[in-house]
Amino acid sequence: MTVSSNAEISTSSLSKRDFDVERVRGDFPGLHQMVHEKPLVYLDSAASAQKPQQVIDALSHFYAHDYANIHRGVHELSQRATKAYENARLKVQRFLNAPSEREIIFLRGTTEGINLVAQTYGRANVSEGDEVLITTMEHHSNIVPWQMLCEEKGARLMVGPINDRGELDMDAFEELMGPRTKLVALGHVSNALGTINPVREIIALAHERGIPVLLDGAQAAPHIGLDVVDIDCDFYTISGHKMFGPTGIGALYVRESILEKVPPYQGGGDMISSVSFEKTTYNRLPFRFEAGTPNIAGAVGLGAAIDYLNNLGMESIAAYEEALLDYGTRALLTVPGLRLIGEASHKASVLSFMLEGIHPHDIGTILDQEGIAIRTGHHCAQPVMDRFGVAATARASLALYNTRADIDRLVQALETVRKVFS
Amino acid sequence: MSTDAMRELYQEVILDHSKSPKNFKELADASHQSQGHNPLCGDRLTLYLEVVDGVIRDVGFKGAGCAISTASASMMTEALKGKSEAEVEAIFGAFHDLVTGKVAEADDDVLGKLTVFGGVRDYPVRVKCATLAWHTLRAALKKTEQAVSTE
Repeated sequence: MTVSSNAEISTSSLSKRDFDVERVRGDFPGLHQMVHEKPLVYLDSAASAQKPQQVIDALSHFYAHDYANIHRGVHELSQRATKAYENARLKVQRFLNAPSEREIIFLRGTTEGINLVAQTYGRANVSEGDEVLITTMEHHSNIVPWQMLCEEKGARLMVGPINDRGELDMDAFEELMGPRTKLVALGHVSNALGTINPVREIIALAHERGIPVLLDGAQAAPHIGLDVVDIDCDFYTISGHKMFGPTGIGALYVRESILEKVPPYQGGGDMISSVSFEKTTYNRLPFRFEAGTPNIAGAVGLGAAIDYLNNLGMESIAAYEEALLDYGTRALLTVPGLRLIGEASHKASVLSFMLEGIHPHDIGTILDQEGIAIRTGHHCAQPVMDRFGVAATARASLALYNTRADIDRLVQALETVRKVFS
Repeated sequence: MSTDAMRELYQEVILDHSKSPKNFKELADASHQSQGHNPLCGDRLTLYLEVVDGVIRDVGFKGAGCAISTASASMMTEALKGKSEAEVEAIFGAFHDLVTGKVAEADDDVLGKLTVFGGVRDYPVRVKCATLAWHTLRAALKKTEQAVSTE
């Protein structure tokens, strides 16, 4: 579990600050409650993360003091709201290290980001007989939009295989990049397996062949430092709620030279510069892709979440979580009959597992009674489940507020599960 | 929480049926057949019925699921043999009322051994597990073509 040795993480500026997890936990009011008369252990952050008080306060303050519609009012509140919204865009730009704020589109989340690319760039560039290349470990949100596009265009969806450890078979993936491949789309970090894909290497291979690459960053953004220039991707999309921000807000980065040529997505207000019944001219980037009143407060909340992460330092977070994941992996493997699903050498956050003879849903119910929140099911990644020959797994996912004590509680509760089923 | 409290839900008889389900077989001459699916947890089962003159002569099921859904399917098949469609409806109604907590006391006369599923009422997200086989049964009897889904 050597997350920090992965090429996608800058270790050169490793923070010297100590990561004070108890102080971090103090920032998250949702963690401090009893569930079924037990102190809550929240191990479901890959589904959605808890929110720090700083984000809750930012939302509350914005609604209480600075709220109005954006980009159109001459009045003070509208100007304040516009400034807060555009300031959040700058925060996302810097968080991704994107060259320009014109390349940052606010939308509902990663799912909408991928759909936007499929429905605009995809429809303009994918034709009959062309191919879109994904991997076996994708979330349904990075499968279905491409299936819909391929069906409409008569194109083919190609799928790169993974090995038994849950790592992409790089030789096979490179072979699948052919003359008809119009786009490569994959998750930066797998939600079901925790695998961190070697995205810089993949992007270099794709670019040698002139193929653009989209990365689904939903599971990467809360855990590892991101740099779209360093990895050289063409599209990168994130979800606010996975990275301690509000639900219903996310962002899509598109390389400006590509975005300039992408046709608009939805039509409406704010995405135009002038409208008549004869002709509409579209607004400049990125507003051309933000029709209608957006999730203004959500963007402000996402900006506050980014401030929170930056304040801790993504390098510190990644180093802390790497050690925690390593501890969790070793601890879980002491449980008799436990099989880990996903043992990639580069992993983040996720501990997916099976207990011999016990269905994940039964594990989830008993752990809940112990105050421990995990996810059970197919994790919106049914092809991954098929690949490992299971219908479902139990998944504990770690975030910056989890501790070794949380892992110990999990291991102890798994003993209860085994006792109930003994 | 103790192991004891969990035993309310996972009673011994439920665990036994989940580990060694009864009537876990396909029926070669099934007159009725239907599939059930719980997308939430991936449970799938296929139910086979041999109905003669409105009476269930034989019943079998195949599939994979959690302890609650497997035990429920297994115990349902035991309860069905020799029952008319009207009797099946009555048992389903009483079972549904039991697991959803609509009635405080189980109807022992109608339900018999099936009363062990009373603990499910405290776990609302597990009601679908307990009722998957029953919804699949009703679809089979109505000869519904489409697979039953709990979602």
